[in-house]
Amino acid sequence: MNTKDILEFFYIFIGIIMIFASIESFRDKSNSARIGTGLFWLILGIIFATGKYLPNFVIGLLIVVIGILALFKQIKVGKVKGPDEKIEKQSAKRLGAWLFLPSLVLAVLSILISQFTKLGGLIGIGVASVGSLIIAIIMTKINFKTTYHDSERMVRSMGTAGILPQLLATLGAVFTAAGVGQVTAKMIAGIFPAGNHLLGVILYCVAMAVFTMIMGNAFAAFAVITAAIGIPFVVAQGGSPAVVAALGMVSGYCGTLVTPMAANFNSLPVALLEMDDNLGVIKQQAPIAIIMLIVQIVLMYFLAF
Amino acid sequence: MEYLKLIGIVIIILGFAFHLDTIAVVVAAIVATGLVSGMSFMQLLTLIGKSFMDNRMVSIFFLTLPMIGVVQSHGLKEAAVSIVNKIKKLSPGKIFNLYLLIREVTCALGISLQGQVQFIAPLINPMAQAAASVKKPLTKKQTDLIKARAAANDNFGNFFSQNIFIAASGTLLMSSTMESLGHSATPINIVLYSIPSAVIVYIIVYFYNRQFDKQFDL
Repeated sequence: MNTKDILEFFYIFIGIIMIFASIESFRDKSNSARIGTGLFWLILGIIFATGKYLPNFVIGLLIVVIGILALFKQIKVGKVKGPDEKIEKQSAKRLGAWLFLPSLVLAVLSILISQFTKLGGLIGIGVASVGSLIIAIIMTKINFKTTYHDSERMVRSMGTAGILPQLLATLGAVFTAAGVGQVTAKMIAGIFPAGNHLLGVILYCVAMAVFTMIMGNAFAAFAVITAAIGIPFVVAQGGSPAVVAALGMVSGYCGTLVTPMAANFNSLPVALLEMDDNLGVIKQQAPIAIIMLIVQIVLMYFLAF
Repeated sequence: MEYLKLIGIVIIILGFAFHLDTIAVVVAAIVATGLVSGMSFMQLLTLIGKSFMDNRMVSIFFLTLPMIGVVQSHGLKEAAVSIVNKIKKLSPGKIFNLYLLIREVTCALGISLQGQVQFIAPLINPMAQAAASVKKPLTKKQTDLIKARAAANDNFGNFFSQNIFIAASGTLLMSSTMESLGHSATPINIVLYSIPSAVIVYIIVYFYNRQFDKQFDL
């Protein structure tokens, strides 16, 4: 078995837990959009479990169907039943800090496998996930039914946010195929000359922060701005892709910290903590966000080249 | 018209800025970019399908969900709360610093807690307020400042350390997007270069929080 086959096995596994989520979404009578939500997870489950055997245009069509379901507001998380508080309390009493063990195993094992074997980071994550799940099951002494519900509950409560990163990466691929980067590079090169390392780094990091502020989402900004600015102005000038990506994304997070558009992070606490000042959280974050953006620029300039 | 190719960028920016459904916006941007680049509908569907399949690795974090679901339904939050509860008799700044450390370490392990809902509102904010008002009652303005700083610390910890986890969706998104753009960046290398930011932000915020203590009569 080569690494591709092992990875395919893990994708089938993901497909199966998505189908679990689909079954439970269809059954969730309290959800006004249960058919659409069930279809959403079913489509994804099919793509992950059997996509290798489907023609690409069928998968493309299914993605467009998901887009249409979303457009008509037919995908809703609904009221996913939370865990049983009594079991939570009892088991926390019994296991205490041991409950962190599976997460620790997951993080450490996946890094070890990717560093010290030829299997790579992805299979590392897969093996470590299964390993840590087994440890969690043994520790909590649960049966298949509980595992099933814990899995479908987690997947369902992700909602569409769970698939957004992959869709954004797909957008990046379509941008590349369409040659979006070349167009923006030509446009911006009229103002900023490509080739100057420091200018390129500043342009990319600041653009990541500003566009994240406008969009409220650093992942979306990353797909767009990295294709448009990061690649032509930094990576194509000899910048290391890993450094550019890691520090570019954090530059985006600096933007997240100062924008009311990121409501989950900056407005939710205002409501939750009953604060008077709508921008109170942002004001506390702004100095750190500005300093960290400068730190990203300096780090990228020195580490990427 | 070459510039028409930028329509996808315009759709994304406007769609997100106006809070339209994110999935619908991204799919619309994908379809629009393909169509204005002169692809036939069939070619476009094939490109979307192939690109989506090529980027399946971004969603590999779904594999971690069953385990996280199991430990969550068996008291992970309770266990974390009891650790946080041990923080006693500290100044607000010290409480924040300890919480930030816990938040960064758990984030790096892939434990994504809903910090604001599960920790800041019920625990950290009341603890910090109690610590600040030992000698003198707090003014309304001071109370609001403590709330805001508590919430800010959760965001600092969450944002600047999440990419240290190799199976974080952000880490995988970066790796896969760079691959799509024709430049390889492995998740492990992205993790490596995400560490400096997590350390630097901790050091800076540490002093920022200690400075915060000075306005209270402790």
